Amino acid sequence: MTAITTRPDLSAGSYRVWQRNRDVQFRLWRTELIGVVVEPFVVILALGLGLGQFVKLSSGEEYVAFLTPGLLAMFPMFAAVFECAWGSYVRLEMQHTYDAIIATPVSVDDVITGEILWGMTRATVNAAYILIVAIVLNPWLHMVESPWALAIIPLSFVPGLLFSAISICFASLARAMSQFSYFFNLVINPMFWFGGAFFPFDELPHWAQILGWFIPLTHVVELYRGFLKGQFEWSMIGDFAWVAAATFVFYWLALAGMRRRMIQ
Amino acid sequence: MIPPPVEARGLVKNFGSFRAVDGISFTVRQGECFGFLGPNGAGKSTTIRMICCTSPVGGGELRVLGLDPRRQSRAIKARLGIVPQEDSLDPDLPVRQNLEVYARYYGVPRAIASERISESLALFQLTEKANSPVSDLSGGMKRRLVIARSLVNQPEILVLDEPTTGLDPQARHLVWQKLRMLRAKGVTMLLTTHYMDEAAHLCDRLVIMHRGKFLAEGNPHDLIRDYAGEVVLELRMGHDDRAPLLGELTGIDGVAIEEVEDIVYIFEAGDAARQIAARIADPALAFLRPGNLEDVFLRLTGRGLLD
Repeated sequence: MTAITTRPDLSAGSYRVWQRNRDVQFRLWRTELIGVVVEPFVVILALGLGLGQFVKLSSGEEYVAFLTPGLLAMFPMFAAVFECAWGSYVRLEMQHTYDAIIATPVSVDDVITGEILWGMTRATVNAAYILIVAIVLNPWLHMVESPWALAIIPLSFVPGLLFSAISICFASLARAMSQFSYFFNLVINPMFWFGGAFFPFDELPHWAQILGWFIPLTHVVELYRGFLKGQFEWSMIGDFAWVAAATFVFYWLALAGMRRRMIQ
Repeated sequence: MIPPPVEARGLVKNFGSFRAVDGISFTVRQGECFGFLGPNGAGKSTTIRMICCTSPVGGGELRVLGLDPRRQSRAIKARLGIVPQEDSLDPDLPVRQNLEVYARYYGVPRAIASERISESLALFQLTEKANSPVSDLSGGMKRRLVIARSLVNQPEILVLDEPTTGLDPQARHLVWQKLRMLRAKGVTMLLTTHYMDEAAHLCDRLVIMHRGKFLAEGNPHDLIRDYAGEVVLELRMGHDDRAPLLGELTGIDGVAIEEVEDIVYIFEAGDAARQIAARIADPALAFLRPGNLEDVFLRLTGRGLLD
């Protein structure tokens, strides 16, 4: 229980860990770039334009425009998850990177905080890129309706932190690489499909709407939808509060989980 | 007065109901190389990890550089250099950047770090590999790099957890040479090993650890004299042939006899063993050699498998 009641022990070391990941990224970006660059185009083409031809939304909205907040929420989510689930597990268990770092004046809490901040950074860079793609394609596809959409870039910090923290929580429990298929299939993949990105929730049965409320991605999608349209509703404050509160809870659990795992 | 580098009184560590470290007390002196010698699972690494503040002190008193690991771990870690048992180099970064990133964890300013790293790479014969990926290095080079890494913060105590496990003889001797050089510079060193020759090569003082306790402590020479005798005679002969010889030796003061399967070990400080060896005059049957730490170790910890 002490792991969960302890106050975080943080220092500039968190930033040093973030710097380490940034330096590695600068070395490896060429190999990873292609996927990140191509991915949104494939989805916009396949779902937005391909499937979109057959979809008539009751709101009258074009499907590709409906899909945009989902793209802005989902791909950054994947960026954070890959970094902080698989990536963190590799650094923790296979490469012993964390062990090397905590031998220096950098604490376990610093390491985890630095990792989560790095996952957030990747998520935000990804969100910014997709937003730029959407803006570039806007004359043809009308995916962005309001300059308020730019606020999504700073807003994406919060879900970036949340998905990173959730991933670290799982990494702190995992005993083998293969166990990540549980995380992916039971947590991330359902969130991807049912997070309100592909179909509107308000026309689903009541029980499905309640279920959707518990999915973090749903709130991110709703929040971004408002900013893309420049239409603000009170419920968006609730969405933001939900994501912020969950971030806090999962950050705390991530710290506790990794302390339990690493300090023996 | 400057506090001793490490001081432990009744140090304890439990993992569940298993007591890994069982009330050990020791003081490491300024500038010496202090060794923990023991089989796997003796509690050496656990002790080291408590000193390095990566494992909480389970009980008793521990002071590192006069500081309390329970409350001042960052201050202690800033002044230690650590060479861990498992290779923990960063495979995502090339050789030189491994050290640069590590220096940053200690908050060493960039310019100073860069200077130290260049010196260090030269010292450990890694300058040519500065831009190579870590995966290109041989086992010996990786070890040297880990030692170079442990020096980026100019530590007051260097902690080495089995520094040469898995290295070939050439690589081991090169690592030892570097460590002796550091010791000559006055760096206090703490070392764990299960290689007796390594302990004999490097340590000013050592403790023999077994099941969380110290069985003996002293300098290697004294330990050999006290626990192994000056000479050891190994008899490799059948039971019938050895019986009369053993009869001859039994009861002589300062002679200890140990029968292990097909070999009899005779430890002594006097002359009787020498005379037997001279009489048999066949080293294949009666082999006379100086006592060593391995004898001490096996006599104290027993010859059965420990796992």
